[in-house]
Amino acid sequence: MNQLVRVRRPAGRGEARSGLAARLREPTQVVFLALLGLIAVGWVLVAFDGGQFLTMESVVGIQQRSAALGIVAIGQTLAILAGSLDLSVAYLISLTSLVAAEIMAGQDGNILPAIAAVLAISALVGLVNGLVITRLQVHAFIATLGVALIIKGIVDHLYDGPAGKVPESFQLLGYSRIGPIPISALLWAGVAVVAWFLLSRTRLGYRIYAVGGNEEVARLSGIRTGRVIVITHVLCSLCAGIAGLLLASRLGAGAPTVGTDGGYDLESIAAVVLGGTALAGGKGGVAGTVGGVLLLAVLDTIFNQLEVNSFVKDVVRGVVIVIAVAVYARRGMRRSQ
Amino acid sequence: MKRALPILAVLVVLLAAIAVANPFFLEPAGFLAFLKRAAPLVILAAGQYFVIVSGEFDLSVGSLVTAEVVIAARLIDGDESATWPVIALLIVIGLLVGLVNGVVTTKLRVPSFIVTLGMLLILSGAVFLWTGGAPRGALSEGFRVFGRGGLGPVPWSVLILLAVGAAAIWLMRADFGKTLMATGDNERAAALSGVRVDRAKIFAFMLSGLAAAVAAILLGGFAGVSAQVGQGLEFSAITAVVLGGVVLGGGRGSVLAAMAGAFTLEALFTLLNLYGISGALEFTVQGVIIIAAVAAGAIRLPWKFTPRKGDAHAAS
Repeated sequence: MNQLVRVRRPAGRGEARSGLAARLREPTQVVFLALLGLIAVGWVLVAFDGGQFLTMESVVGIQQRSAALGIVAIGQTLAILAGSLDLSVAYLISLTSLVAAEIMAGQDGNILPAIAAVLAISALVGLVNGLVITRLQVHAFIATLGVALIIKGIVDHLYDGPAGKVPESFQLLGYSRIGPIPISALLWAGVAVVAWFLLSRTRLGYRIYAVGGNEEVARLSGIRTGRVIVITHVLCSLCAGIAGLLLASRLGAGAPTVGTDGGYDLESIAAVVLGGTALAGGKGGVAGTVGGVLLLAVLDTIFNQLEVNSFVKDVVRGVVIVIAVAVYARRGMRRSQ
Repeated sequence: MKRALPILAVLVVLLAAIAVANPFFLEPAGFLAFLKRAAPLVILAAGQYFVIVSGEFDLSVGSLVTAEVVIAARLIDGDESATWPVIALLIVIGLLVGLVNGVVTTKLRVPSFIVTLGMLLILSGAVFLWTGGAPRGALSEGFRVFGRGGLGPVPWSVLILLAVGAAAIWLMRADFGKTLMATGDNERAAALSGVRVDRAKIFAFMLSGLAAAVAAILLGGFAGVSAQVGQGLEFSAITAVVLGGVVLGGGRGSVLAAMAGAFTLEALFTLLNLYGISGALEFTVQGVIIIAAVAAGAIRLPWKFTPRKGDAHAAS
């Protein structure tokens, strides 16, 4: 799945007997095991409650709920793997949803220009993020927070509430589905596959891991580290733009609070880390992130079906994230000993 | 002191600009009002400074402030006699949250970004769970006096601010400050030379929690009880610290500069208000200025002689 697995495999041939155990030690596998465990626990809990857990409705719901966060989180994975992070995605999502809805203005013919405009704006924001971090040498945390404030100011200045209109045909993106699989989930899967291919099969992918692992070493080995970081930020912002399009299609309009209400900035970082990607960069991958997002969505679904107070959700979510990362940290320590 | 000079210069320029636009600012009453307004953020920045200089983040302070104010209102509920016990309780809660943040970060080796993000979710969820969505109760007059009242013409919050500032500067000059700085600069080297790294970091987190508790007491009196009182304060505090030239990642910067950074941020808000930059665009200006200020600091660094992590190796 990720580079680490592929690199380690030849060395581990000697310990073939413990192969399964060794593979289970990878955070990616842990998160999917945890996901299976959570589904089992949820199934039991909901059954006790007198409901049915894995109905068509809830499976579709899980996918719907996770698609937007999933797409953002995949972009965030790229930024975090390169040793950076992006706090501006939430406001960028709001901005792009508004841009999309305003340009479409209910006309089918305007869909393509709107998508092009959204992608262009996203790429521009990512470029600014990346250049501020690499050229002006501002810490990613401050740089993207600053860009987030800039976008927030512009959006709040221009809009008080929902604006624009998304034509019916584009709303299909948000709601229609093929069998049990919503189009939005397919879009998410598509983005994930592209990112996975980029990270594990291309030169840029290896460079991203190298820069995140140790920027100085990467630079000394001839990688243009600045360029790699800028590219990951452009890709991250593009993912946020795609999520903005998806949310606009679901709402039928653009909304200035859609990104922040969803908490996509911190939540996407949480999902990435939940999936076993190291916050310091260089370790992890897309598969773990997909698992992390699904884990959060299943948790949400269980709470919804049990009709638990929504504030409990926040508490449990916080605990789960911290525990998961603590578990990864313990495994990491044991291995290095 | 030398490290604080650039940010102090910026602060003086901003204060002068405010004074030009609003001469009342030069009178004691006007300036004290500014200090009073700035006090909570400055105290939070001092607390955040300890955490950042040790190489960590504390994202939980905003929700901790909200939680403390909501808890105070619910427990006091207008009862004057409950004031002091509740204040004691708030300080204990602040220290306890810091302790948990610190222990999970150091002993369980979870990045502090994640620990305090989790704490943010837990605190905000728990408080609203407990109050059922909307804050209830009321603060007593005795509680509000810290945020509103004063000793003669000098507001209590300014006196508290002075005490906190003095204590923070003293702490950084004491052995604790030196070990904390060493921890943030190179954790492994510090540990090998006998610094109890974990203990220093846990203490830093507890100081941040304590600062949040004090800021909450001031804000509760000053701004009143609401669920939004602490919103975004964690980012403001981190921004203020970084504006003061403290390096994210630890080991560089002074606490005086961090507090000056908070004053600068507050002066910036005041100035933007005075020049009538509409509510929302204020954020845009703020974002540009933060990036510009930090970028200016980063770009000047190579010209000054400040040995950085890599230089020691290069020299040997």
